[in-house]
This record gives sequence, C-alpha cells and structure tokens, in this order.
Amino acid sequence: MNDSMYAQWLALACGAFLLAGVLVLWRRDLAAIVRLFALQGVALGAMVVVLGLRQGSVHLVAVAVGVGALRAGLLPYLMRRALDTPPPGNGTAGEEARETRPLVNVATSLLAAAVLALVAYAVSQPIVRLSPGPATQAVPVALTVLLVGFFVLVTRRRALSQVVGFLLIDNAITATAFLTTSGVPLVVELGVSLDVLLAVLVLQVLTTRMRAAFGGTDLGELRELHD
Amino acid sequence: MSGDLMSGLIATVLQVVLVIAGAPLLVGLMRQVRARMEGRAGAGVPQPWRDLRKLLRKEPTEPRDTGWPFRLAPLVLAGTALVVAAVVPLVSTASPLDSAADLFAVTALLALGSVALALGGLDTGTAFGGMGASREVTVLALVEPTILVSVFALSVRAGSTNLGAIVNVTEADPMRVLSPASLLAAVALAVVTIAETGRIPVDNPSTHLELTMIHEAMVLEYSGPDLALIEWASAARLTVLLGLLGSLFLPWGVATAGTGALAVLIGVAAFAVKTAALGVLLAVGEVFMAKLRLFRIPELLAGSFLLALLAVAASFFLAGGA
Repeated sequence: MNDSMYAQWLALACGAFLLAGVLVLWRRDLAAIVRLFALQGVALGAMVVVLGLRQGSVHLVAVAVGVGALRAGLLPYLMRRALDTPPPGNGTAGEEARETRPLVNVATSLLAAAVLALVAYAVSQPIVRLSPGPATQAVPVALTVLLVGFFVLVTRRRALSQVVGFLLIDNAITATAFLTTSGVPLVVELGVSLDVLLAVLVLQVLTTRMRAAFGGTDLGELRELHD
Repeated sequence: MSGDLMSGLIATVLQVVLVIAGAPLLVGLMRQVRARMEGRAGAGVPQPWRDLRKLLRKEPTEPRDTGWPFRLAPLVLAGTALVVAAVVPLVSTASPLDSAADLFAVTALLALGSVALALGGLDTGTAFGGMGASREVTVLALVEPTILVSVFALSVRAGSTNLGAIVNVTEADPMRVLSPASLLAAVALAVVTIAETGRIPVDNPSTHLELTMIHEAMVLEYSGPDLALIEWASAARLTVLLGLLGSLFLPWGVATAGTGALAVLIGVAAFAVKTAALGVLLAVGEVFMAKLRLFRIPELLAGSFLLALLAVAASFFLAGGA
C-alpha cells in the first residue's frame, strides 16, 4: 500500500467515523441512532484495518476484525433488543422510540458540535506536532467524537441515547489509541472490549428495569427518590 | 492566444444560450419525471416554455400603491441569473470572464437576486408577500454561511476561490472528489442548493397553500411578462446551481484552456447530460420525500452548516483531505 493510497483510505475511514458520530446528534429516531453507531463501528474497524495493512501486521488486522464485530455487530444488536422490548401496559411506543425533548435542541446541538470540532482541533495540536503523519493528523477527528459523545451524554434524556453517548466516547478512545500508538497490545484491547460489553449488558438490564418500574426511560424522572 | 480567447468566448456565449433555452426545459423534465413516477401522464417537457409564451402575451398589470422595488425585482432577479450563467464554468473554464468567476461574487449575485425578490414581495403590502419575504430571508440567512464555509473547504486545495481554478484542480486529479473534505462539502452544497432553489424538502414549488409556500408567496402579486421573467429566472438559477454542483464535483468533460472547438462541444454535451441527470435525481428524490415543517428547516440547514464546517476542518485535519 503506497503513501498516497494509505493517506486517502485512512482519511476516508476517519471521515466516515466523524460523520457517523456527528449525525447521532441530528437524528431523533433511536433506531436510526443505533444504526449510525453501527456504521461508526464499521468505520472504526476499517480505520484499524488500514493501519494494520500499512504496518503489515496480521495481528492488528485480527484486532480490527474483532473491534468491528463487537462495535458494528454485537453492541448494536444488544441495543436494538433493548429498544424492541415493548413497554409494559398501554405503551407509548412512539414516545419511547424517539429522543423527543433533548435538553438542548437539535439545531443548537449541531452548532455546538461545530464548536467542539474546533476545540478538538485546537487542543490536539501539540499531539499532532510530536510526529506529524497521516495517522496522527487524524487525532482531532477522534477527539471531536469524544467531545460529541460527552455532549450526547449530558444533553440527551433517553437511557438508550446516553448509552450511545457512552459508546461514542469509548469508540473515540479506541480510535485515539490506534492512531497515536502503532497498535495496542491484544490483551489490553480485549480487556477494554469486554469491559464495554459488560457495561452495555448492565445498562441494558438497567433500561429494562427502568421500563418495568416507571414505564419509560426518560432519565428526567429519576430526579426524585421513589419509595 | 487569440484563438484561446475566441474559443473561450464561444464557450461562454454557448453556455449563456444553453442556460436561457435549457432552463425551462430542465424544469419541464423534472415535472415530467415527477408526474410519471406519481402515475400521471404529465404535461410534457416543453410545457414551461408554452407557459412562458402564454404569460408573455398577457397584459402587464400592477397592484395599486406599489413602487419601484416591485417593478425592479424581476429585472434584477433575471439580470443576476444571466450574469451568473455567464461567469460560472459550466462548459469551459477558459472563459474571458474568468476573473469574475469568484465563488464569493457568485454567491453575492445570487443573494442579490433573492433579496430583490424579497423586497418586491414586501412592496406589495399584502400578508402573503410579507410572509413569503420573511421566510425567504430566514432561509437565505441560514444558507449564506453554509455556502461560504463549504466554498472555503473547496478552495483550500486549489489555493483560490476562483471557480475555474477549483474545477481545473479537480479535473486534473479526479480522485480528490473522494476525499472526506470534498464529500462533506458536496453534501452541504447539495442541501444548500435545494434550499436556495426552493425545492422539497425546504419549499414545495408546486403548492399555493398559504401555510407552506415560500417562493410562491413572494411572487403571488406578479402577473403577465413580469411573472414570466421570474419563472424563467428561477429556472435559470436552478440550472446554474445544478450545473455548478456538476462542475465542482463531477468535473468530467468541462473544457479547459488551450483546448479546441471539439472540447467545447464535448463540454456542452457533458453540461447538458450532467444537469439533466442531477435534475432527474432531484425530482426522483422529491417524489419520495415530504416537505419539512418550516420550523424544522433551520435544523436541516444547521446540519448542512455543520457538514460544511467539518469539510473545512477535515481539509486541515486529514493529510488526505487537503
């Protein structure tokens, strides 16, 4: 794989990664958000595959396949299952499947994402300057997704969109790790992935329990202590 | 050198003639595609020309108490559309007006036409005219930053905001179109083009429902030749913007400096095919889409602004994106 091909493919994967992360803010439909998250998983996997091919490391390509399978396959599947569980009683399924009232409205959050992208670019300059290259130069992309993930966590009210926000942060951390170092040891990556999987399983159980207890997953309802 | 100038001049004249004659046909084609897909027979591709001929024969009337903004608006709209049609590189990049083909200038010219029409709508003093003008200016204010920012993203790699230079660079290296910066800018500009020309999902060109219309509300008081001029100018703007999208992101076939008459002919054919294809694509998209609520439009345009900004960011972030 020659230099310009490598740079081009890496840029394309990073572009898709960034776009999927940002579009999560745009969509209100929770099913679409989960689809976007799966797309981001594919982009992350592709990014690591490109890095692996560049370094000629079979090991890294294998990790990429694992990362892709977890983030584009298993996690979206689990979230979709949590989404498809019908709410008990006279369910308000339409209310439940959409992010109806985020704390910050959609147009403003899109503009906030634009500001976050600039912040990420500004703060990652020292890192990029350490060793300029196509992979390091893509670090601002990962940082942008990290900040967008935080933003989703802070402003969205449905439990499932918060899970997506958390996973966006995790995707971004993984991407930063692969872009700045030349591959994380397999054991570390395995540990992190299992951690994430466990967190999602716990959150899924929590979401189901919340539904059973309150009939919805609006976290605004959790402000008061219930007997 | 003078041969170059001649071929450039011929290309520019051909381009203007093509836009003048072809714009209503493009609108007709899009209506025909929509009609066929909705299961209607349709009025035929040349129908907009027949409409224009009919309108031109009618007696011009003016509402009472309207002043010069009302009378001037159609002329300014049509004039700016003509100038833009002459300067943008649709057929050839070697136009003698190349120095005026700056993206900022083109954007400003298009905005001038929109503002003139909005003033004309306000001048009538009717409720609909004011409402349409207010909506149009809202959309315009949101569209403008997006155009400027996405243009900035495109001009980074050319080192110039000159449209001809941007098209030349892209044509020399077509793989550049696949870079993230270019793709993001393409989507942002496409959304902006739809908003600027008043197509679904921003505005519905075939409705006269007072709750939803934007463009139609402004031109409600116009009649006869004035209305014909406005209809033609709207069609010309649509043609030019679609052609510009085609030239910026699918620059194949656009004649460059120093190529002969054959290249100009190929450029004409390529422009016609690309614009018609984009128009058909837009029409097909419109069949499957509903108009957005007016209050959701800022959301769409904020999204396209974000894409444009990310395009600029990507062209700086990513080595392959610049």
